[in-house]
Amino acid sequence: MVPDELELTWERLRGAVSARRATVDAAQWRAGAEALSRESGRLVALWGSDRRDLGEGFDVQAAFAVRDGLLVLRLPVPALHPAFPDISAFFPVAGRMQRALHDMLGIVALGAHDSRPWLRHGAWPPDVYPLRRDLDAATSFPASDAAYEFVSVSGEGVHEIPVGPVHAGTIEPGHFRFSVLGERVMRLEEHLGYKHKGIEKRFESMRIEDGARLAGRVSGDSTVAYAWAYAMAVEGAAGVEPPARALWLRGLALERERVANHLGDLGYIGNDAGLGFALSQFSRLKEDWLRLNAAVFGHRYAMDFVVPGGVASDVDSSGIARLEAQADRIEREVRALRDTFEEHAGLQDRFRTCGIVTTELAVRLGLTGLAGRASGRSEDLRADLPSPPYDQLDVQVARHGDGDVAARVSVRFDEILESLRLMRLILDRLPAGALTIGCPDPAPGASGLGWVEGWRGEVFVALECAPGRGIRRCHPHDPSWQNWPLLEHAILGNIVPDFPLINKSFNLSYAGVDL
Amino acid sequence: MYRILRQIARVGIVTEPGPEADENLRDTAARIESEVARSFAGALAIRHVDAGSCNGCELEIHACSNPYYNLEGLGIRFVASPRHADMLLVTGPVSRHMEEALRRTYDATPAPKVVVAVGDCGCTGGIFGEGYASRGRVANVIPVDVSVPGCPPTPLAIMQGILTAITRRT
Repeated sequence: MVPDELELTWERLRGAVSARRATVDAAQWRAGAEALSRESGRLVALWGSDRRDLGEGFDVQAAFAVRDGLLVLRLPVPALHPAFPDISAFFPVAGRMQRALHDMLGIVALGAHDSRPWLRHGAWPPDVYPLRRDLDAATSFPASDAAYEFVSVSGEGVHEIPVGPVHAGTIEPGHFRFSVLGERVMRLEEHLGYKHKGIEKRFESMRIEDGARLAGRVSGDSTVAYAWAYAMAVEGAAGVEPPARALWLRGLALERERVANHLGDLGYIGNDAGLGFALSQFSRLKEDWLRLNAAVFGHRYAMDFVVPGGVASDVDSSGIARLEAQADRIEREVRALRDTFEEHAGLQDRFRTCGIVTTELAVRLGLTGLAGRASGRSEDLRADLPSPPYDQLDVQVARHGDGDVAARVSVRFDEILESLRLMRLILDRLPAGALTIGCPDPAPGASGLGWVEGWRGEVFVALECAPGRGIRRCHPHDPSWQNWPLLEHAILGNIVPDFPLINKSFNLSYAGVDL
Repeated sequence: MYRILRQIARVGIVTEPGPEADENLRDTAARIESEVARSFAGALAIRHVDAGSCNGCELEIHACSNPYYNLEGLGIRFVASPRHADMLLVTGPVSRHMEEALRRTYDATPAPKVVVAVGDCGCTGGIFGEGYASRGRVANVIPVDVSVPGCPPTPLAIMQGILTAITRRT
């Protein structure tokens, strides 16, 4: 297996995530990535940090998922002309991450075929790198040239349809450039980064406990997953564990977040295929769900419920009874609606063979999360590397092999039913005890990782602490980094009017990748 | 088809009628109808602009259209173009990268136009504040008539914000 073959010195990282880290040179970095790609490793995240104030240069880190956890390669790069070998040849998904890394820190991926800016549009000049520690976060630059070179498709009859950043519905902003021949899409190029508001820089001005609120607002629809991943990173850095009851309640909140999002999306997916009935029904169920969240967690989306060290509030016996009763009712309703979906010829006609991502492509390009599981992949952290409470719940992974809209719909239905089962187990076996050990106090320089299977896929957080309970560096990573490029493939050969439907079946986060 | 009709009949109309449900909602619903009728001939058109939110506010704006709140049943609907809109509903701290798009959307909206800033970020810049990539609150970029705080504000609070904006203009 990879770690042995590379003859590196691995340091086991503390915390709930099973992770090892090795410091490498440029040759080992490249060889490591190549070996990991050969051995079916997956690139989870790639980020960098400025260490010049510590008398070092910069460093670049990449986290790879392997069978028994995470392997983190850490490559120190010099302060002058910082650069590292490109790994997008082995992991295509690294491309945008490397471009973002350059925009933020000025570290160059040598040999990368695409070096266009990604997160930088015009808010700061090309020779300024916001995540460098000598840049004051409050600095405001005059708008600079923001022209972006799209790849153009030429040929007789080909034309372009530019869409966004302001879209025609209540949707996050981003730009899509379609090249079409008649109605058929020849190419889609995404241009994101419109929502970039400096989250990573913001973390560095915050204390550990305040960073939890920011982490919970990287992508609002995944607030529980982010808050948990962040808390996990803090707890790992401090070498402490939250009480069992807190972990089980986190599991409850995470599964409720999964169900809430699937309910909402199933309604919109049906609506985008012309069945308004689906939107009415599912949005009604979602509202019921959110109202009980408000009663139980004190917030409709359970924001700020997960805090470093534990959870913010308890669920009492009457809350448990209401949650159980609701799970039963929702299950009946969802099963009935699933039958309706499956018997509806018009709906199935739109869903099937629409927006296909084949298993081969999903593996090669690193599709993750629920979309990955709809394209024949099987990864699910709750089953593969279960941390409490999932280690006692025997999570059944929902899978489908077709990779089309119908498959993503099917996986969502299956995941709702499985989450309801998990919730019942959690409520039944909820351990007694404290809710929190208080906010941990990691040592300056301590680092920790968080890795949580959110509803969309795996949410990852890398944290390094500073003196005075401060944050030296925090990198939150959304699974949408992995999946946005696959959307460009899923639309190929389909017609433009199917794009909203295909897009919604993925429902990727803009905020989560724009940071 | 039979299933669908049976389900529709079984569920019935769940839109919360004022008197029986939430007292605040009843007030809101009744007043929006009369205000809209007066100011916008029974059809207020809203263009939503996400100027940099975490997407939490968008979840609650979507919820305003669910059968419980049924915003459209009050004669208020979301439109796809600012040129068709009477009101802009703006979320998020305004990212520097969305600043121009927001201004252009505002310019494209015909007068009289009202602007409602939604959420703590839209009101004050929220947890993201101002910085190299964020202009902070919506009012730093375009004129704002009403600000609806909350993280995110509930659907009811958003509906009340919409009402307040209309009321102040008339």
